[in-house]
Amino acid sequence: MIERFLPASSTFASDIDFVFSLIFWLVGFWLVVSEVLFFWLIARFRKRDGQKGQYITGELKSEKRFITIPHLLVLVCDVFIIFFAVRVWYDVKQSLPTAPDQQTIRVVAQQWAWTFVHPGPDGKLDTPDDITKVNELHVEVDKLYHFQLTSKDVLHSFSVPVFRLKQDAIPGRVITGWFQPTRTGEHDVQCTEICGVGHGLMPARIHIETPEQHASWMAEQGEFSVAAVTGR
Amino acid sequence: MSARPIATTRTAAGMPTGRLAVWWVIVSEIVIFGGLLGSYIMHRLAHDAFAEQAAYTNMWIGAFNTFVLLTSSLFAVLGHKAADAGDGRKAARMLYLTSAGGLIFLTVKAFEWSMEISHGFTISAHTFWSFYYTAAGLHALHVLAGVVIMLIVAASARKNLELHRVELIGLYWHFVDVVWIFLFPLLYIAK
Amino acid sequence: MAESIPVDHSHAHADDHEHHAEPGFVQKYLWSTDHKMIAMQYMFTGMAMALLGGFFAYVFRMQLAFPGIEVPLFGIVSPHEYNALITNHGAIMIFWVAMPVLIAAFGNFLIPLMIGADDMVFPKLNRLSYQIFLLSALILLASFFVEGGAFGGAWTMYPPLSANSEYNQTPLGTTLFIGAVGLEFVAFLIGGINFVTTAMNSRAPGMKMYDIPMVVWMIVIASILFMASVGPLIAGAVMLLFDHNLGTAFFDPQRGGDPILWQHLFWFFGHPEVYVVLLPAVGIVAEIITVFARKKLFAYKTVLYTAFGTGVLSFTVWAHHQFIAGIDPRMANVFTITTLLISVPIAEMMFVYIATLYGGSITLSTPMLWALAFIAEFLIGGVTGIFLGASGADIYLHDTYFVLAHFHYTFFPIAIIGTFAGVSFWYPKMFGRMLNETLGKIHFWGTVIPFNLIFIPLFVLGAAGEHRRIWDFTQFPELAAAPLRNLDKLATVSLVIMLAFQAVFLFNFFWSLRRGQKAGKNPWQSNTLEWTAESPPPHGNWKQLPTVYRGPYEYSVPGREQDFWPQNEPN
Ligand code: HEA
Ligand code: HEA
Ligand code: CUA
Ligand SMILES: [Cu+2]
Repeated sequence: MIERFLPASSTFASDIDFVFSLIFWLVGFWLVVSEVLFFWLIARFRKRDGQKGQYITGELKSEKRFITIPHLLVLVCDVFIIFFAVRVWYDVKQSLPTAPDQQTIRVVAQQWAWTFVHPGPDGKLDTPDDITKVNELHVEVDKLYHFQLTSKDVLHSFSVPVFRLKQDAIPGRVITGWFQPTRTGEHDVQCTEICGVGHGLMPARIHIETPEQHASWMAEQGEFSVAAVTGR
Repeated sequence: MSARPIATTRTAAGMPTGRLAVWWVIVSEIVIFGGLLGSYIMHRLAHDAFAEQAAYTNMWIGAFNTFVLLTSSLFAVLGHKAADAGDGRKAARMLYLTSAGGLIFLTVKAFEWSMEISHGFTISAHTFWSFYYTAAGLHALHVLAGVVIMLIVAASARKNLELHRVELIGLYWHFVDVVWIFLFPLLYIAK
Repeated sequence: MAESIPVDHSHAHADDHEHHAEPGFVQKYLWSTDHKMIAMQYMFTGMAMALLGGFFAYVFRMQLAFPGIEVPLFGIVSPHEYNALITNHGAIMIFWVAMPVLIAAFGNFLIPLMIGADDMVFPKLNRLSYQIFLLSALILLASFFVEGGAFGGAWTMYPPLSANSEYNQTPLGTTLFIGAVGLEFVAFLIGGINFVTTAMNSRAPGMKMYDIPMVVWMIVIASILFMASVGPLIAGAVMLLFDHNLGTAFFDPQRGGDPILWQHLFWFFGHPEVYVVLLPAVGIVAEIITVFARKKLFAYKTVLYTAFGTGVLSFTVWAHHQFIAGIDPRMANVFTITTLLISVPIAEMMFVYIATLYGGSITLSTPMLWALAFIAEFLIGGVTGIFLGASGADIYLHDTYFVLAHFHYTFFPIAIIGTFAGVSFWYPKMFGRMLNETLGKIHFWGTVIPFNLIFIPLFVLGAAGEHRRIWDFTQFPELAAAPLRNLDKLATVSLVIMLAFQAVFLFNFFWSLRRGQKAGKNPWQSNTLEWTAESPPPHGNWKQLPTVYRGPYEYSVPGREQDFWPQNEPN
């Protein structure tokens, strides 16, 4: 359902969209049933002259049925939802897949900017050829990325809507997560945790590139990168 | 201003209104201290550094204060007995002794703290000390409040008025006591 | 019994609410210990704060829809002002509107009247609780005028932002904000103890547990929930104040503190809190639908159990606000399960209410319309909570406008619709006169229709990735897209319309104080005890305190020509 508004550009994006849709239909069904019944009862039992209301205690088993059965069904729906929700959650947050050509990027949040440290041509962090960019993240499509998220001052939250990915950044801690882009494009990166006056003013962009584009981008970065490192 | 409403004199729950209320006060106080001590224990387990800091606390002063509070509680009990027996003057005397205990406790604390602060263990010196002053301070405020209320209650008890209040303040005092029973080992002994 | 009430009070009511300017003004209106007067103080304070909170919403919604314009009645909205406005809007609406009106105002007014007592058990404590509450409100308002401006770190006050004025840049504002919230908690602890003790101990002779009107039960359960959950946060508030002002490091990760601890303390209170305001509202609704459907409440005991169940469960779900906050990801699974389970008792409660309508004889008076609207709208708010409770989906939805729409679809029905239901229902008892039905209905439709037009667009925006607490979305190319911006404009315009219609309510409310037609003792032909007192009830409520013979919902009992059966009527 969410693809309607936003492309699903990571391996787990469509799983998350699926959970959303599943819940939408399940609870949507219950919502519609409840509301229809509700309005029907109002229409059906409007006051009529000379007709008194009925005296129903709702304490009898035969009457309670109408509550207990639906609420058991709701319980069943809950179990369904829990199952799928937890499965996706495990995939995104608890597991940390690896791949031979995986790369690690460092994401540093601060009031009010994002610093993205790309591993650079050699594919390793903390080497001279790292490419450090502010509010600009470049990744290669179909490559597995780990990210090391941290913050310099207050809480921030690293959110890439097209990936359906979100993780708070906590000062003094490095949180590791992963994503694997599945389609190219340029998209928003948001900060979704209030972090002070400039919280609304720390937008960044993510560039998901083909291997070729990515390579040429790194090539043109080459020379400045050292300066950029010292600059941060 | 207005006379006590009839509502206050009813006991549909089978317990005098005053006692019922004091119990609810204690319940809500328990969660307050519970939250604070819970947070303390979490930190404590997370950082061994706490133990080193705790080593600087003076267990003997703490122990003495514990003793003082416990004895004062004893007087509170005696006061309750006297009140039940309808002997307001005796009850009042007992309450004075109880509050004397509270005052001793506070003076000792004052000395203890000024000593520690002079040694540089201020509230911001280390998170242990932050908890130390916050928890003990919150407790000390309760002691102070208890003493004040106790003196008020005693004043009316001397004239054989509102004797049921003697029990209530006693109840509260026991609670303040119990809180300290938790604070003492957590802040002083566990090193 | 009544004789024991001093005479000078027994007829003081005669000129209550009438000519305000006479000597005893302070004594009667500001220093009174009468539970009804204190209820009024809470209600009018809450009303003023609601209008303020609504005004804040208007200002920042204007900024969202038309970034950078000079908002009429306010001016240009700076990023800091924006944050301060939403933060205080949230805090005001929950702590200074929902709680004082639903719990304190209705609790104070209804509990003694509904259980047949002459007042709260501790009138002076009651007065004290209001005075502390008023003080907290004044401190909050003051924070707007101090050096650096009001606090803007969200109503959740997450440290380190809230723990260090270098980060939040509002040294005084932050202190005042935290202080105000802390004081408000204390006020409601005192009030709550009073409510619970009164309801437990001072019931009229003959009123057994299951003869207590549902709204009293709900307010009592809510007060207990509050008492049991707020403690840790009070401690936390003290710690946060020390961090901010004394340089302690409880929540400062750089110096061995833990910022997540605050989130646990906050949400351990924060989630039960949402049921603290929910329960009184559903209680009010129970009273109203039974009266206007002339029906016995379907399965009284079941409703009670669901309320207890919700209360207990509510202590086990708090971390669903922190799924992606950096807690141990394994913990999320536990909280997903508990969170979804809580839908069961609430679903059951809603089903019970719907079932209560079956076989009724329904009159769609204004209070009934509000009560029904509560059910219809709250269902939407409730089910959208499920999306958020599902950890997998919340990764995406967290802190988007989907969350926002979710909780406005719960809070608005509770704090605004529920309040209007209660006020329009008990107005005759409070002031002895009827509200105007036509104006009431105009106000109803003028509020409920725009409400949906405000928040349904926000669901869509949330699903599209629009996130919370953003001063200007146009700098996010994807969010700046025209269709999304138009939805924001729709929401804002609807809000302006809704606010305009509040004038109808306010006019109706104050005009009817004098001009409304006189209400008898029992205009709705209701069963509960408050309707056996004069309207408005005198100080002491009854000359002769009532005795109870039956449950509160004996409507349309077969074999009686009258279709209601007051609780105090001997068989
Ligand atoms: C009174 C207000 C209120 C109420 C009643 C609720 C009720 C619920 N809330 Fe909500 N919530 C808030 C106020 C409220 N909430 C607020 C203020 C926030 C945001 C705080 C902030 O960050 O600023 C929030 C945020 C919030 C979050 C965190 C979102 C995030 O930040 O990422 C979650 C996640 O689990 C959640 C879940 C729920 C659930 C499961 C319920 C349940 O109680 C709902 C149960 C009811 C139903 C389910 C409907 C009836 C049932 C049926 C019609 C049957 C069909 C149902 C099924 C098949 C399941 N809420
Ligand atoms: C009870 C809770 C409550 C209520 C009722 C409302 C009401 C409204 N809220 Fe809000 N809101 C919150 C609680 C509430 N809110 C919270 C907790 C937040 C989060 C803050 C944060 O992020 O830190 C929030 C945030 C919030 C935002 C997000 C800002 C952002 O993140 O950038 C928005 C945006 O549209 C918004 C809009 C509105 C609107 C348009 C209304 C309208 O419905 C307002 C209309 C108001 C009225 C119509 C008043 C009518 C009342 C009377 C006339 C008095 C009647 C009283 C008596 C008779 C006693 N609210
Ligand atoms: Cu960074 Cu919000
Ligand atoms: Cu919650």
